[in-house]
Amino acid sequence: MAIQVPNSETATQPTKREQREAYLKSLLSTAQANVPDTLAFADLRAKAEAIVNEHTFPSNRDEDWRFTDLSPMLAVPFQAAESPAEIDMGALGPVQMPEAIARIVLVNGQYNATLSDVDKLPTGVVVGSLASLKDGALGETLTARLATSNGGHEVFTALNTAGFQDAAVVYVPRNQVVEQPIQVVYLSVARGEPIIASPRCLVIAESGSAVTVVEDFFGAHDRDHCNNSVTEVWADDNAQVTHVRLQREGAGTFHIGKTAITQGRDSRYTMIPVTLGARLSRHNLEVYQNGPQTDTNLYGLTAIAQSQLADTHSLIAMNHPHGTADQLHKAIIDDSAHAVFNGRVWVPRDAQLTNASQLNRNLLLSGKARVDTKPELDIVADNVKCAHGATVSQLDANEVFYLQSRGIDAEAAQRLLIYGFAMDVVDRIPIPSLKQLLTDTVTQRSS
Amino acid sequence: MINENSEVILSVRDLHATVDGTEILKGVNLEVKAGEIHAIMGLNGSGKSTFSKVLAGHPDYEMTGGEIKFKGADIAELEPHERATAGIFLAFQYPLEIPGVSNRDFLRVAFNAHRKSQGEEEMDVFDFDDLIEEKLDVVKMDAAFLDRSVNEGFSGGEKKRNEILQMALLEPTLSILDETDSGLDIDALKTVAGGVNQLANPGNAVVMITHYQRLLNYIVPDYVHVMADGRIITTGGKELAERLESEGYEDIMAEHKAEVAV
Repeated sequence: MAIQVPNSETATQPTKREQREAYLKSLLSTAQANVPDTLAFADLRAKAEAIVNEHTFPSNRDEDWRFTDLSPMLAVPFQAAESPAEIDMGALGPVQMPEAIARIVLVNGQYNATLSDVDKLPTGVVVGSLASLKDGALGETLTARLATSNGGHEVFTALNTAGFQDAAVVYVPRNQVVEQPIQVVYLSVARGEPIIASPRCLVIAESGSAVTVVEDFFGAHDRDHCNNSVTEVWADDNAQVTHVRLQREGAGTFHIGKTAITQGRDSRYTMIPVTLGARLSRHNLEVYQNGPQTDTNLYGLTAIAQSQLADTHSLIAMNHPHGTADQLHKAIIDDSAHAVFNGRVWVPRDAQLTNASQLNRNLLLSGKARVDTKPELDIVADNVKCAHGATVSQLDANEVFYLQSRGIDAEAAQRLLIYGFAMDVVDRIPIPSLKQLLTDTVTQRSS
Repeated sequence: MINENSEVILSVRDLHATVDGTEILKGVNLEVKAGEIHAIMGLNGSGKSTFSKVLAGHPDYEMTGGEIKFKGADIAELEPHERATAGIFLAFQYPLEIPGVSNRDFLRVAFNAHRKSQGEEEMDVFDFDDLIEEKLDVVKMDAAFLDRSVNEGFSGGEKKRNEILQMALLEPTLSILDETDSGLDIDALKTVAGGVNQLANPGNAVVMITHYQRLLNYIVPDYVHVMADGRIITTGGKELAERLESEGYEDIMAEHKAEVAV
């Protein structure tokens, strides 16, 4: 089918493209402005810079960004992140997690020692900043892995690699089991000008180890802000990693986050990504099974309202035999909010006898709410089990009436139904305080 | 149990109601007193289920005429949850499944909504667990049912027993059982009927809606009403149901057609 493009648009397009190219260049130089000398990583940074320079700032014409319009960012002149000199413990109030054995805090992408608490860890387990660890005993281990995950060619990932100012490090040595969760907090703090921060995190769970990591992206302000984060997770052979990712950024924040997980053979990785905040958020979630019989579980929940946009793009690359992947992603969408889900499962020829299932379920609470969902199964192997599905529904008036007829008022009935929708994700969070927080947050949204 | 002096619980006069603009109820009259058990019988489409939903306040059904009084008060303007906390209970023909909400939580929230409406404090989780364990006996349900999602994956019989469990817990003044017997095997029917008989007392009333006479062998009604074309066309005792069972609806409907047409 021939598509006619009006002349005027053809004429203006180069200008827009140039504008986006210039904007990306300015983002790059801004992001790089405050890279500390101690974290020069000249080769790494130069390579990343070159990748960024091969790209233009994405538009809706890029398949990967079809439903998520980044153009509002173009209007914001972001400045480089500088951490405010003083920040008191009060800022941490809402993110305190009593179950945590350690907490590392990055403020606008920079390590904050005052707010962090990393002294009670079992022998050999290390939680700290990359800047302070890279010249120590762990230095080689960390730099050997830093920015080596697959998917580093994606433009925002490269932008982060070119400009991150420090990184949170969670290191669990071979066969060490950490019973209590380790918390990584990314605090966004507003300054005079809107800023772009490049928070980074490196999690290494060595062979046979077990750990639970909770990442919390938190911003209490509603100013223009951009967080372009990258988290690399290594679950080595037979390691077990449980990972909660909580995104509750401020209402003016553009949040672009990458989580890249590399799994060794026989490893088990479970992630519960929860998206509540930000004006516009994009989570690029990529799992690479790098050995046979790896087990991947992704149980996501998005709950958004007003004019929020939340986009989850996931990839599970099942590169070896006997792997399993179980993915459930649920979204509760109110007002004129917009959720996007793109879930790719890649099963190449080598990935025989694998078992993958993917389900995306969406609950629309308003006539103006919108969802775009796109499961993508690429299967080359011929002896596998793969199932996928997507549903979009509204609250069922008959279910509401059923609850009302038992004495529960309409509003409470709706809350109970939303709670029921969210619970099979929330229930998988192994941390009671967090589970309670999410139950409260999700059910309060329905008024 | 008929006692002329007991309180009138439900008084329905010339009730008219529509669904999507179509009139389904065309002047229903019914009076139910404390201690009584009523059966409303009729063919599919006669308006029985509509009647039950109008009483419970379903938003899809619009009351267009007449009055409904519950214990002397007009309830036409009350929300469904207000009717429920006032003491009206509808056991659903097709109980809904509520995935993700445990039966225990659902029952506790419903029970506490009733307590709150009476100005009482909510019951805590532990006291409630003791209470609900007791109530399980009424319908011979296993405690494992409490931790499953509401009605999800329940068999037909389990769903209906769950309805009666809710009735046992909420202790309504007026219970409307909408085809609670349909689709039940004989053992499940006996259990459900046994539960209802156990809960019926001189202070409350039961209205059973059914098109099978079989139920009435297990729950013996004081009155049997026959509904056709949106009206109650005749009322009798248990023997009316037996006649319906042996002769079918046609003769009875023909006998009363003249009256209805007036």
